[in-house]
Amino acid sequence: MFTWFHKLGSPPLLYRLATRVSPWFMALTLILIVAGLVGGLVLAPPDYQQGDGFRIIYVHVPSAILSLMVFALMAGASAVGLIWRLRMAHAVTIAAAPIGAAFTFLALVTGSLWGKPMWGTYWVWDARLTSELVLLFLYFGAIAIIRAFSDQRTGDRAGAVFVLVGAVDLPIIHYSVQWWATLHQGATLKLSGSNMPTSMLWPLLTMMAAFTCYFIWLLVLRLRAEILRREWRASWVERLSAE
Amino acid sequence: MFTELLRRELLLAWRRPGEALTPLMFFLVTSMLFPLGLSPSPDLLRPLAPGIIWVIAFLAGMLGLQGLFRADHEDGTLEQLLLTPRPLTLVILAKALGHWLVTGLPIVFGAALVADMLFMPARGIAALVAGLALGTPLLTLLGTLVAALTVTLRQAAVLAPVLILPLATPVLIFGAHSTTLVMNGQPAGQAFAALAALLILGISLLPAAAALALRISHES
Repeated sequence: MFTWFHKLGSPPLLYRLATRVSPWFMALTLILIVAGLVGGLVLAPPDYQQGDGFRIIYVHVPSAILSLMVFALMAGASAVGLIWRLRMAHAVTIAAAPIGAAFTFLALVTGSLWGKPMWGTYWVWDARLTSELVLLFLYFGAIAIIRAFSDQRTGDRAGAVFVLVGAVDLPIIHYSVQWWATLHQGATLKLSGSNMPTSMLWPLLTMMAAFTCYFIWLLVLRLRAEILRREWRASWVERLSAE
Repeated sequence: MFTELLRRELLLAWRRPGEALTPLMFFLVTSMLFPLGLSPSPDLLRPLAPGIIWVIAFLAGMLGLQGLFRADHEDGTLEQLLLTPRPLTLVILAKALGHWLVTGLPIVFGAALVADMLFMPARGIAALVAGLALGTPLLTLLGTLVAALTVTLRQAAVLAPVLILPLATPVLIFGAHSTTLVMNGQPAGQAFAALAALLILGISLLPAAAALALRISHES
């Protein structure tokens, strides 16, 4: 039953899987993004309080959610890599890291642009913004330590330990709006339901799905490059480059 | 073996008092800079004092970081420690405790002096000392983890602050916040509880993580 799991640890197999899967996620991303943007920018009615300014939510919230999800994925991959000693798991971690950092940066910037008209300020040191900024530094630190070692295996495992310890920040970010009275608004989406009207909600969910597919697409592209970077001396890579 | 290692750490620090006192000296000297650089007015310094002291305590701790494993790494003692049949976690705990007793504890007491010079009220100073007593061991433990990850790197001194900053930020936030709350007469139980919880979590998990990190950095 676990053979599929260990098969994924094989570089040529993972490379072939990534190659085959990538066009599907590209197509899904394009479809979902168009649907989400049309729904969010055109079809959804303007907010009675914020007017059209609220529409930045369709980029801000998916970026923020992805920034947390990607670090959680990195933590999972790091754990798998340390426990089962799968080098490909570590390849996933470093492939995902810059994408997650970009999402974090995007969440901070779009939030800042949204904050200026809504709160009157570009930045405030409240719990959620500060812990999201800390997450950005965690990404940078993870990338730095994984690439700092001349032996890639040591760098992988050292980075994995760092990512696992840093993952403690994730619950702090998520629950920060509950634990502290902050300027950032509370949770709009909960498992039990949402206060948003449907016309505004479905584009948001669509954009979340679109960003997720976008992340997976970018991840498999970067993963292919990372696998080639690590396995460049293998015979299967020579055969591949000869084609 | 724990007590042997602890005694060794303290003895080595005793023989090199300059090295051991550097973080404390840095702490005291840098705190002087704030009244000089900002303004000597008590009304300006008093609300800023908790934050200033916590940040400088953090920076002073970062200064002493590399000394934790560097000397042992250079003369090969570290590799011998990795080979002992005793649990590496206990070894790390002994080293971290020794390091904190030498660098962190003086800062906890030095902070009382600095806080008085920054015009903090007595209530605030008590809260500051209590908070730092909880926070500095946690910073030492985090520093031990980062030092263990970077001990074999040549550029460790550049990378270590980048790694420890995001991990230590919650400690800084809870710590400075708890002191400020007490100074303003507000209930600070939650902040201290969070600090204590992080410390307990740190003591139980970070030495094991640092032991793993030490083994990893010596693998190749």
